[in-house]
Amino acid sequence: MKKSVYSICGMCTVRCPIRVESENNQVTWIEGNPHLLDGALCAKGSAGAALISDTERPQQPLIREGARGAGRWKKVSWTTAYDYIADKLKTIKTEYGPESVVLSSRGGPWQGMYKTFIHAFGSPNYTNHDCTCGRNTHHASLSINGVGRKGFVYDIKNANHLVLFGRNMFASLRIAENLQTMDMLDKGGKLTYVDVRQTMTGIKATRFFQVRPGTDYALALGMIHEIIERKLYDADFIKRYVTGFEELCDFINDYTPAWAAKECGIKEKSITAFVEEVAKDSPKVIFHPGWNLSRYKDSFYASRALHILNILMGNIEMKGGLIIPKGPGDCGVKGIRSLDCPKPDIKRADGVGWKYKHFDKGPGLAHLFINNMIAEDPYPIKAWIAMRHDPFCGLPDPQQQKLAMDKCDLLVSIDTHYSEFGWYCDVILPESTYLERDTPICVQKGPKPRLAVRRKAVDPVFDTKPSWEIFKQLAERLDIGSHFPYNTIEELWDWQLEPTGFTMSDFDDKGFISLTDEVIMYDRDNLDGQFKTPSGKIEIISKKLDDAGLPSLLPYESPEKPSKGMFRLVYGRSAVHAHGHTINNPLLSELMPENKVWINKRSAAKLGINDGDLIDVIAQGSSYSGTVHAHVTEFIHPEAIYMVHGFGRQIPLQTRAYHAGISDQKLMVGKLDDWDKAGGAINLCEAFVAVRRSARNPKRRVEL
Amino acid sequence: MNKYMIHLNTKRCIGCHGCEVHCKANKGLPVGPILCEIDHKPLKSIRGVPKTEFSFRSCYHCDDPFCVPICPTGAMQKREDGIVFVDFDTCIGCMACQGACPWQIPQHNPETNKAVKCDYCMDRVDQGLKPACVSKCTTHALKFVTLEEM
Repeated sequence: MKKSVYSICGMCTVRCPIRVESENNQVTWIEGNPHLLDGALCAKGSAGAALISDTERPQQPLIREGARGAGRWKKVSWTTAYDYIADKLKTIKTEYGPESVVLSSRGGPWQGMYKTFIHAFGSPNYTNHDCTCGRNTHHASLSINGVGRKGFVYDIKNANHLVLFGRNMFASLRIAENLQTMDMLDKGGKLTYVDVRQTMTGIKATRFFQVRPGTDYALALGMIHEIIERKLYDADFIKRYVTGFEELCDFINDYTPAWAAKECGIKEKSITAFVEEVAKDSPKVIFHPGWNLSRYKDSFYASRALHILNILMGNIEMKGGLIIPKGPGDCGVKGIRSLDCPKPDIKRADGVGWKYKHFDKGPGLAHLFINNMIAEDPYPIKAWIAMRHDPFCGLPDPQQQKLAMDKCDLLVSIDTHYSEFGWYCDVILPESTYLERDTPICVQKGPKPRLAVRRKAVDPVFDTKPSWEIFKQLAERLDIGSHFPYNTIEELWDWQLEPTGFTMSDFDDKGFISLTDEVIMYDRDNLDGQFKTPSGKIEIISKKLDDAGLPSLLPYESPEKPSKGMFRLVYGRSAVHAHGHTINNPLLSELMPENKVWINKRSAAKLGINDGDLIDVIAQGSSYSGTVHAHVTEFIHPEAIYMVHGFGRQIPLQTRAYHAGISDQKLMVGKLDDWDKAGGAINLCEAFVAVRRSARNPKRRVEL
Repeated sequence: MNKYMIHLNTKRCIGCHGCEVHCKANKGLPVGPILCEIDHKPLKSIRGVPKTEFSFRSCYHCDDPFCVPICPTGAMQKREDGIVFVDFDTCIGCMACQGACPWQIPQHNPETNKAVKCDYCMDRVDQGLKPACVSKCTTHALKFVTLEEM
């Protein structure tokens, strides 16, 4: 039987809207939702069907038989697995208290379910991957604008100029955003790209700054200086909505374009020429405040500087600028119900909220659990449940993490595939793939807010379950089932939709429910109340940072230079993989089976490395190294080497990914402790590694 | 006379290789055959920005294809609208077509042991749809062009 459903992609966490056709429970066609993306989809999206048929993923619940990480598993029924986990959790709760259990997940619209579970269980310790992703950007926005990272959407399509600092959007691929950018460029818009290497995004740029690694903040300061010096800012907007502008003017005095150019290793006249363009293009100039800015020791301040540049443009709540997302309330519609349970009034084990008061308490900071777990301070952690989160792949230094995990009596991984963490766990609960599972309804805020839902296209091929059922089943066994008021997904959907007056059939036409026909914009002259800072204004000098004893305007410090033979390790992603999630996908592995290491031509020549040679990349202390092919290019800064994240996996059942390429996070030895005290995120690009031409390059090949 | 061609707007192409997977997923191909390919030249600095030019290649659907007459079973055929395709019922997988093609366009499908090549997704074209690579191109850089209309 032929079937067509609208759904939400799950190959990466962008979650593009899709339409899926199937016949006899086989997916035959996946495309971007024609109503939103006109069919556009990326390579990963089309490789979804290959994920379903991939037999190298867990096909039924598994309980560990051998030592942790030995890969010896007993196949068990779901009932056995649920009972096993529930019994262990009950024992841990009795002996150590409910707070000794951590649950981590990916961020995104469905965190509520996982948070509800762990809060209802009695633990405040919910966390997610964001300390390795958007925490700095989030906190930067909160400190200035009083709203988080998602407090603005970028109207790129109508902008005159988009400025990206290391935001490699044509490899990260949020398709709607990519289409907007292409349309902007087609209309003659400009794209300025800043990075330590050239990327697929940079090749589309009208201006490219290849900067010294770790100097983004310097460049942003130089830009601010020139814009203020030439009085190119929106003085009315600043007078009306912004505090701290005078302090900024005083602070920025020494950070001239000439200084910035020297610091970044670029030409001064490129900066002044750039500002000349900005003068023509303002106010419709968008400085993207960064996405994965958990990179350098001052990334939080770099993101703040980018926010300040937007404020100087005065581009808030206007066409071609930063638009405040609207929700159901703005459309005169009641919001949906969502699973929720208040956080227990217990200190978090990562210290967020009591030791570190200036951070957003929501997901805390995952990396701060690790050392606390080893020290059993403020209390022991005895269980870690990872819900489609892979700490060993996402966070630096998995060997250090294992010391913390070894303190636990229970490690559980709930995932569609074998994660590096899952392989070390006691129990693996295989979640159905996104094409085989339904998920709760979510609100997608924006200028035109809508409701969206993922609906399964086919029934699960293996003995896997959707997360709504997994958490319901575990909750029932732990006597917290009342927080999950449903037995089927249909009951959950109906319960969610009830206040809105909509029904599930309203999704049938387009796959989403539009809450408004027209774009909703607030009155730009009356934005009071939109900035949730202590003063209600956009605060260049943040009271919250002041209170935490942190500067709002950080004096610049030049980044460390690598010593001889050493390189700064810089990571990123390619358009055909979603970090560690897809490395073993048959169709994606075919396109990119392993990562290479990018190295500058001159640096390579000094080490006798030619393009395509095997090179050894060695972590500090030599506890991890990998041998991979070199990509020698002039288009990367000589201080850095670059690799795509997610490779170097060590799960033998993933035959395509097993030991393919090299892992950046395993090279980041000791780097769990290198994190941003102001922004909260880990400084993932502050690791230095040794590089040498490998002895394994073939000279002769003697076989017998 | 060929009726169709696929045109790449290189300004919009971002080299994401989506088209290659859209094609394979639509045809249900295993690892091995890749029927269309995005390629690009080495980067070259143009006015301070390292740039490159992308190219898209599937099958040229030649006016006078070498792969058709060499086929011993008549499986390789050219339609009136110019589409060169493999009739899987008669293909014996000898791959003479691949040898005859100057670009070795026809590929071997290890699952079916037959030849497979770009046929502009003629089943879709016949339904008024576009080839998979064009329909789902990430940035709408690929266009399916009907030559009579130009």
